Amino acid sequence: MRTRLQTWSLLLGATAVLALPAASWAQLTQADFEPRLGMESHVGNLTGHAKDAKADYRRYCVGCHGELGDGNGENAPYMQPPIYQQPRDFQLAVFKCRSTPTGTLPADQDLFDAITRGFDRTNMPQWNTLSKQERADLVAWVKHYSPRWATEKPGTPITIPPEPEVTADRIKAGRDVFARVQCWKCHGVLGQANGPSASTLTDDLGRPIAPFNFTEGARPKCGDTDKDIFRIFMTGLDGTPMPSYADNIKPDEAWDLVFYLRTLMRQDSKEKVLAKGLNLKPVDPNAPAGQQ
Amino acid sequence: MSTLTRSRRLGVKLSTFLSAAALVVAFLLLTGSQPANALPAFARKYGLRCSACHESWPMLNYFGQKFKDNGYQLMNDRDAPIWQNPGYWPVTFRITPIWHRVSTGKVEVDTYSGGNPTGLSAVQRISSSGFDLSGLDFHTAGTLEKNYSFYVLPSSDSTGAFHFEQVFGRLDNLFGSPWLNIKFGRFELDNLLSEKRILTLTGNGGIYQTYHFIPVGDGNIFGQIGDNQLGVEYMGHSVDDRTRISASLISSSDGNVNLSTGANSYTAFFTGSQAFDAGRLGVQRIGFYAMAGEAATYYLTAGGVPQPGTGVANKGFTREGFVGQFYFGPHVDLTVVTQHGSDNAWFGQGYGNAILTDGNGGTTATCSSPTPGCPANNVPGTTLPTGSKAPSWNGYTFEGHYVYSPQLIFIGRYEAERMSQQANGSGYTPGFTGPNGLTGPTASNFGNITTYTIGYRYNPFMTSRAGFAWHNEYNWLHQDGTGATLGLGTVNVNTSELLIGFDFDF
Repeated sequence: MRTRLQTWSLLLGATAVLALPAASWAQLTQADFEPRLGMESHVGNLTGHAKDAKADYRRYCVGCHGELGDGNGENAPYMQPPIYQQPRDFQLAVFKCRSTPTGTLPADQDLFDAITRGFDRTNMPQWNTLSKQERADLVAWVKHYSPRWATEKPGTPITIPPEPEVTADRIKAGRDVFARVQCWKCHGVLGQANGPSASTLTDDLGRPIAPFNFTEGARPKCGDTDKDIFRIFMTGLDGTPMPSYADNIKPDEAWDLVFYLRTLMRQDSKEKVLAKGLNLKPVDPNAPAGQQ
Repeated sequence: MSTLTRSRRLGVKLSTFLSAAALVVAFLLLTGSQPANALPAFARKYGLRCSACHESWPMLNYFGQKFKDNGYQLMNDRDAPIWQNPGYWPVTFRITPIWHRVSTGKVEVDTYSGGNPTGLSAVQRISSSGFDLSGLDFHTAGTLEKNYSFYVLPSSDSTGAFHFEQVFGRLDNLFGSPWLNIKFGRFELDNLLSEKRILTLTGNGGIYQTYHFIPVGDGNIFGQIGDNQLGVEYMGHSVDDRTRISASLISSSDGNVNLSTGANSYTAFFTGSQAFDAGRLGVQRIGFYAMAGEAATYYLTAGGVPQPGTGVANKGFTREGFVGQFYFGPHVDLTVVTQHGSDNAWFGQGYGNAILTDGNGGTTATCSSPTPGCPANNVPGTTLPTGSKAPSWNGYTFEGHYVYSPQLIFIGRYEAERMSQQANGSGYTPGFTGPNGLTGPTASNFGNITTYTIGYRYNPFMTSRAGFAWHNEYNWLHQDGTGATLGLGTVNVNTSELLIGFDFDF
């Protein structure tokens, strides 16, 4: 005669046996990405092919980004903030450095530039020793990890107006923007990454993340030209607490902010020289709006 | 096997000497270390797999070359040791247990009869096989601070006798420019095809013959561009490393310490190369190198023995050539190196290495010419034999790889060294034996070398922590006219080696 305990045991066992294959189905394998190996990228005149990047990905990228592109390569556990950041998870198709509006997929050129430029203060080096074709192929390979590329189109790159002449007034105006949109809350009043919110920041996956320290002398992650800096706060860094200010800052004001940020950076610049003459003080977090 | 009378043996001293020298060289090469610069310490520091920097370790790919040119820095603003775990120490060791079989032809040996020496010689092929070890390398390298890099490589032979194979400090990216880098110490010359990163391990295949070729009897050991040298190097490169230039000033000591040779004599070495993008074929590079130097031919003597550090009567020598690195897609590449070399006629007659060094800073010469059997020393009043010429030659190296995957590489190499002018030229007095030990005019092909090397390296795993390669290689070397002849005319020598081993570092 079967007891109640035996019956429950049988039921649980059967459930476990049935659940095992289901669990393994949930685990992605390389075979899941193979249908997207026909993915292409278009960078200038080049057409990149995902299938042609397999060897290069395995040679250069897999140690950090992993066989499945999920950022879980063998080295990922050893890359921890504040010194390093985790490798990108390509399956999510969320990228910081884009020319496209927040929430959209980046342009192929954005991914190409990221591979070429690398990311300072991370383990992602500049891969500019690879041929342009190899880099274009790798862009296609990165895309093949996410179904988003099959169903969505990249966003339209934002328009960046011509850079105006730097003036003392523009730098002062930029300082006002810095105060108004509260950049200091994370980056600190002197740009030293020590604002009141800095220690609480996490990325979209809940991992601690540090704001950019303008005074360290490092290059901004997404490029160090004035246009690159303009783009960073107008598109935001998706996946991080750095939002897009496209709705809060007019393009002309954005240039003012770029000029002010230059004065915080360690690198020599025309803006720093001008700011010295202005005897510019750091923003006052307690000052009433418009009275910096 | 053949036997000869005592009188005929007198005419074969040279070939006996050459055979013995060949055996000694082969022995030294086989038992010596094979320093190479594959550093999992870097992989551990940066979390990159070996394959990121190495086509197959230790050979660098373009990314690895750029990393090296930047002073072992990724330039990611995290290169300084302050960013590393305090327990991190950049040390790597490398050693290779091997089995090998070496076979050398035309070696002169004694003969016996009834247990007693006959006083006669015989020429035969000698083969030996067995289990063996390479030397041991302890690499430590990296950055002391951002843009201050270093390299220290104590290296032993297979008996554990150590020397400093490489020691240098380097100031990187001076004034923020990749075009200004200064290296100081003992280092490998800026050879695009690096011998210290060679993929092969046999005695003759584990070096580039083109980098070490010295005409038979020539006394100039100082033009070997494959040896690490003591000096200072300027190096500059573009941000993407497509353009590279370098200039070195080194002591003419072939890297030997203590200035036993090379005191007051210097050599300059220049390189330049340009890489360009060839679409789906990959990145191609072409370049040149040129070496011009002078070295002493006369060392002051005391009691007839040349004194270290006293070299004078400098004579000149040059080496120059082209380098090409060509990729044919992701799996196939070919590197070509050419060389034209020329030594002053005094070197050709055997002057130059009167101070024989033991490779560890010591000297071994105990006598000098005109004492028979002693190294040639250009003492005052010495004149060159009539008909002496400045020896010159041309060398070619072709090395190709088939990279099946980062874990499996097939290697093939062909090298040819061809004399274009012999030191004992056509005007040399027939039958006269010069200070270089060679008699009369020598054949135009005397000393030419042809060698083939094939092999593969399989890495069963590929991580950023350690390197392990199952290595299998075969080398065959042919040299014209240097075999023991026992007076029966010139004889060519063929040497071959088969090697199997575990090459690993951690």
